[in-house]
Amino acid sequence: MNPVNYLYLAALLFTIGATGVLIRRNAIVVFMCVELMLNACNLAFVAFSRMHGNLDGQVIAFFTMVVAAAEVVVGLAIIVSLFRSRHSASVDDASLMKL
Amino acid sequence: MSAQLAAYSTSTGEAFQFWVLGTVAVAGALCTVFMRRAVHSALCLAGTMIILAVFYLANGAYFLGVVQIVVYTGAIMMLFLFVVMLVGVTAADSLKETIKGQRWLALVCGLGFGILLTAGVGNASLTEFAGLGQANANGNVEGLAALIFTKYVFAFEITGALLITAAVGAMVLTHRERTERAKTQRELAEERVRDGKHLPPLPAPGVYARHNAVDIAGLLPDGTPAELSVMQTLRQRGQIRDVSAEAISDLKALEQRSEDRLERTNSGPGSGSAGGSNSGEASK
Repeated sequence: MNPVNYLYLAALLFTIGATGVLIRRNAIVVFMCVELMLNACNLAFVAFSRMHGNLDGQVIAFFTMVVAAAEVVVGLAIIVSLFRSRHSASVDDASLMKL
Repeated sequence: MSAQLAAYSTSTGEAFQFWVLGTVAVAGALCTVFMRRAVHSALCLAGTMIILAVFYLANGAYFLGVVQIVVYTGAIMMLFLFVVMLVGVTAADSLKETIKGQRWLALVCGLGFGILLTAGVGNASLTEFAGLGQANANGNVEGLAALIFTKYVFAFEITGALLITAAVGAMVLTHRERTERAKTQRELAEERVRDGKHLPPLPAPGVYARHNAVDIAGLLPDGTPAELSVMQTLRQRGQIRDVSAEAISDLKALEQRSEDRLERTNSGPGSGSAGGSNSGEASK
């Protein structure tokens, strides 16, 4: 098997995540799809790291994980406070800026 | 050509693992997107993440594989599940489209994007395949540590600052300042009286009834069940057990039995003894 297949898998997962962000309206599920996209990127980093024979890709993937953890903490806090004020986790309901 | 191919491919076992687990990972990702309930999405995503951890391990990223399981499936997905619990499990997506044709447009966009990405990967000249044998020679964790604490030390420090900022930000976002004065007990009591709510304590279940189980409503003096005496959860689930009819049929059966045994038809003492024995049975 060609290790480039890992890249194809990462591309597929990223695409599924991006489609999910566009389709879903529940803020939590949208957030999960973003996490899926981040994970796909990590897989691509790890696969590249193996192809090139150095560990830089893995270090970048590690930093991506840290940033994703921080992002999840803040994002879920935003979702919770949004839910508190509007009693709904739908991204369509937050349309105060719409004309 | 064949030698080049051999250097450029992985073992059969890994290929098998890739095709089996890759299929499951894609299925999990699709389930994440298309499941109606947020909890099911979260579980599917956790499965996909575990499979990705296995792929990291297969790719020689041992540290990242373990971190993936600990941080993603352990911490982040549990946080997701926690928020799903807070926000409400039943909050399913509405199927009404606010923008007309948005779903199909999104699907077409996703498809196009996928084709673009795949074509990009396919056209890239990825002829290099070094493998991590040399890089992992002194151990994967040691190699990563050497890189993080020398070449990437600045990024590492900034990561620390980012994590602290995120923690403070989460606390600020979820903290709620009390804007009005807390009501005193007297004010609460007066409000209760003014609103005409149920003032005395709620009646206990099973009072004046023949049973004392919590899901059996106590009987009012006229024999009708008092709904208030059963706890609210059971009331909302409709799990109140009404045994008045049951008790009457019990009584009838007992009377019948005693009549059969004693072979007499007098009703006065027979019903009295039957009632006594039945209440003794119920209290057992």
